[in-house]
Amino acid sequence: MLVRMDNLRVGFRTPQGVSEAVRGVSLTVGQEKLGIVGESGSGKSLTARSILRLLPGSATVTADKLEFDGIDVLSAREGALRRIRGKRAGLIMQDPKYSLNPVMTAGAQIAEAWRAHKGGSRRQATKAAIDLLAQVRIRDPARVAGLYPHELSGGMGQRVMIAMMLAPDPELLIADEPTSALDATVQADILRLIEDLVAKRGMGLMLISHDLPLVSHFCDRVLVMYAGRVVEEVKAADLHRAKHPYTRGLLECLPSLVKPKPQLSVLKRDPAWSAPQ
Amino acid sequence: MTASMIAVENLRVRFGTQDVVKGVSFSVPRGGSFGMVGESGSGKSTILRAVSGLNADWTGRMEIDGVALMPKRGRAFFRRVQMVFQDPYGSLHPGQTIDRALSEPLLVHGIGDIETRILRALAEVALPSTVRFRFPHQLSGGQRQRVAIARALMAEPEVLLLDEPTSALDVSVQAEVLNLLSALQKSRNLTYVMVSHNLAVVAHLCPMIGVMQGGNLVETISAENLRAGRTQHAHTTELRALSVELEDPEEV
Ligand SMILES: Nc1ncnc2c1ncn2[C@@H]1O[C@H](COP(=O)(O)OP(=O)(O)OP(=O)(O)O)[C@@H](O)[C@H]1O
Ligand SMILES: Nc1ncnc2c1ncn2[C@@H]1O[C@H](COP(=O)(O)OP(=O)(O)OP(=O)(O)O)[C@@H](O)[C@H]1O
Ligand SMILES: [Mg+2]
Ligand SMILES: [Mg+2]
Repeated sequence: MLVRMDNLRVGFRTPQGVSEAVRGVSLTVGQEKLGIVGESGSGKSLTARSILRLLPGSATVTADKLEFDGIDVLSAREGALRRIRGKRAGLIMQDPKYSLNPVMTAGAQIAEAWRAHKGGSRRQATKAAIDLLAQVRIRDPARVAGLYPHELSGGMGQRVMIAMMLAPDPELLIADEPTSALDATVQADILRLIEDLVAKRGMGLMLISHDLPLVSHFCDRVLVMYAGRVVEEVKAADLHRAKHPYTRGLLECLPSLVKPKPQLSVLKRDPAWSAPQ
Repeated sequence: MTASMIAVENLRVRFGTQDVVKGVSFSVPRGGSFGMVGESGSGKSTILRAVSGLNADWTGRMEIDGVALMPKRGRAFFRRVQMVFQDPYGSLHPGQTIDRALSEPLLVHGIGDIETRILRALAEVALPSTVRFRFPHQLSGGQRQRVAIARALMAEPEVLLLDEPTSALDVSVQAEVLNLLSALQKSRNLTYVMVSHNLAVVAHLCPMIGVMQGGNLVETISAENLRAGRTQHAHTTELRALSVELEDPEEV
C-alpha cells in the first residue's frame, strides 16, 4: 500500500476554539486510481496535503496512522520528507500558478525537478523539460519553457505543474483539480498520459475533482467527502448509483449539454450529514 | 453595433512578437450572455482582460453601451464593468481579509449599508459567515472563488466578465451560483461574458457561444445548435463530442 491513513484529523485554532476541518478520514491508496469528490470546503485538499505533511503552520494534525510506503509521515524528520516530496510522491496543487515560483521560468522549474531526481547536465535537463511540456500537449513548448508563471494561461499553468510532478517518475501522484482549466481535448490527452503511468509503471493516483462524469469514467474507486468526513465509497463506474443523499443530490445538480433544464436543482443540506459521530 | 451592451471589433493583442488575439469580433446585447470556450491558451482570458481595462496594449475597437473604450478607464467604468478572474488569487489581495475585500468596492464607490450587503453577498454564494474575517489563504479553493464572485457583484455592476467562475466549485454550489447569475440577470438586466471549459455550464447560461482556437474566434454558435450537434468548425465538433461522451446519462 502506498498510503495508509487512519482517523486523520486536521484542525485550526480560532478565537472561538479549535475548528476541525478534517474529522476522522481513513483511506488507503495502492497502485490504483482513487477519486475524491465532495463539497467545496469539505477537507479534500487538506487531506491530500497531509500525506506529504504540507499543511499550513496554523494547522494541528493527528492520526492513528499516516504512512507513505510504510514511513510514518507525522513523526518523520524534514529530511526524510524531502526525499518523498516531489520525488517519490508528487502533489499537483489546486492553484498551480500560485504554487509555482514566480521568479523562475516554467522550463527552469521543470528542469530543476527533473535534475533533482535524475542528475545530468543543465543542458540535458532543459531538453527534458521541453520534452515534458510537449508531452502535456503544450503547443509551442520551447517558447512556453521561457515564460514566467504570470505569463502562462490558466491551463498552461496546470500543465507546467503536471510536467513538473511527472518529471521525477513518482510512485504516487496526488492531483488536486489538475485539469479544471483544460479544454476537453487536452484534458483527454493528459488523462491518457496519467493512465499510462498507472498501467505501465504501477503509479498510484489520488485524483481530487468536482467533475463527477470525469471521475466516474477515469477512476477505479471514489470517496465522497462532506464536512470533513468520507460519507460514502463507491466503485467509480457505479457513481451514478451512489446512495448517500449528498452524493445523490450532487448528481441532480449537474447541468447537462444534451438535456437542458431552465433552472438547476440545488441541494438541501441536511444538518444530520455533518453531525458528529 | 450601437444596440449592443458590449461590442468588440477586430480586437488584436500581442505580447512581444507573439500574436495572441488575432482579430476577434463579437457583440452582446444588453441583458444578454455570451459564452466563450475553446483551446487552452487560445486567448480567452486575454480578451476579457482587454475588455476589462487590465491590459491597455490592444488594437481594434471596443464599445460598452455604445461608447468606445480608451486604453485607460476611469472609476465609473470599473463600477459598471467587473471581472471575476480565472485564478481567484487574482481577484483577492493576500493581505486583506474577506471582509476588507468585500467592503472595499463599496467604500471606493461610496455605497452605504456595508454590513447588510456583506452578509447578503456571503449568503448568496453559500459561504458561512465564519469566513468573513479570514484571509484568502485560509479558505478552500472553491471558497476563494466564491469570494471573488461576491466581490465582483458588490458594487452592482452592469457588465460582468466571468473567467471560469465555477471551475473550483462542487456541482451543488455551481448550481447555486449559476442560478444566482440567472436571477441577477432577470432582476438587474446584467450583461455577461463567461469563459468556461464546461460546455454544459456555458450552454446553460449563454444563448450564444464563441469558440476560440489559436487566437481566432473560429465559430460563433447558438447554444441550441451546440446542444443539437449542428457544429461547423472541427474544434467545436471535437469539444462537443468529448463532452457528450463523458456526460452520457447512462454512465453517470
Ligand atoms: N489556514 C486555514 N485556516 C483556517 N481554516 C482553513 C485553513 N485552510 C483551510 N481551512 C478550512 O478548512 C476547510 C477544508 O479546506 P480544504 O481546502 O481541504 O477544502 P476542499 O475540500 O479542498 O474544498 P474545495 O473543493 O473548495 O477546494 C475549509 O472549510 C477551509 O475554510
Ligand atoms: N503577460 C504575458 N506575456 C506573454 N505571454 C502571455 C502573457 N499573458 C498571456 N500570454 C500568452 O497568451 C496566450 C493566451 O493566453 P490566455 O491566458 O488568454 O489563454 P486562455 O484562452 O485563457 O487559456 P486557458 O483556457 O488555459 O486559461 C498564451 O500563449 C499565453 O502564454
Ligand atoms: Mg481544495
Ligand atoms: Mg484563461
